[in-house]
Amino acid sequence: MLLISCPNCGPRDETEFHYGGQAHVAYPENPDALTDRQWAEYLFYRDNTKGAFAERWVHSTGCRQWFNMLRDTVSYDIQAIYKMGQPRPDMERADVNTSAATTPEGATK
Amino acid sequence: MAETATPANPETLRAARRSPASHLAPTFESGSVAGTVALKEIPFQTMVGIRVDRNSDAGARLASVTGGLPVACGEISGDERATTLWLGPDEFLVVAPESAHDSLGGDLVRALVEALGDDPGQVVDLSANRTTFELSGIRARDVLEKGCSLDLHPRAFRAGTALATEIGNIPAMLFKTGEDSFRIFPRASFADFLGRWLLDSMREYASPEVP
Repeated sequence: MLLISCPNCGPRDETEFHYGGQAHVAYPENPDALTDRQWAEYLFYRDNTKGAFAERWVHSTGCRQWFNMLRDTVSYDIQAIYKMGQPRPDMERADVNTSAATTPEGATK
Repeated sequence: MAETATPANPETLRAARRSPASHLAPTFESGSVAGTVALKEIPFQTMVGIRVDRNSDAGARLASVTGGLPVACGEISGDERATTLWLGPDEFLVVAPESAHDSLGGDLVRALVEALGDDPGQVVDLSANRTTFELSGIRARDVLEKGCSLDLHPRAFRAGTALATEIGNIPAMLFKTGEDSFRIFPRASFADFLGRWLLDSMREYASPEVP
């Protein structure tokens, strides 16, 4: 079981949390202008990263607040926990491709 | 908010109420081990949910009614009239005795609604949402530790602390009121299960300890 450090409540069991999928999937600026394909990609297409993955979690049994977490999908190592709205902490690193923030489908796997 | 004005005869209304674990009251009594661990239900406590930015004007007004709003996880505030538990950064639960409810001649809910006024936030009468279990005695912590993953050791979990957690897989608030006494606030529909779960957890302490 993961021990997740909620930004408000401190370390708690994974069972107190719910998963919210990939983080930093921005809502399209002009949804009307999208093709069906692009809209489907926004709604349903997500990265399947091997390695560091930014995802959303909610402390549903505790403070009921959402936060972002950078987790290694191979080792389950939690690398960072940061607030909603904050940029991914390792964005500036050149070796991480995070173009997924705007175009989920366009991200290199 | 639904009108909860004082009815013609509060005693009639009060006599008609059934608390969520009232059917377990005899079992709680027989399942308690004198001097070791005791469980009982404290029915019908007045509970009011508050959502407000505690740094706003409305937050300050509400804090003046409740005797302060807790700042961080685990903290409580309040006076002899009501205790306020921290549920989230902008979410609090005011717990007061039954007599504080407006339908029984109190004024807690009305005072909080008036304090919030038209500002952003909410004040909701949640008295029927949760019930209260009181678990006390020298074995109370051992009983809880069978189904709660929090560190309940006194060095980490001090008296006067309340945390939202899971007890026996039931989401509940756990409020440590004294060195050996806890109050548990499960939602009404979980009261039967959690009451029986706690009784089961208490049962071994009725038998002599095996060396």
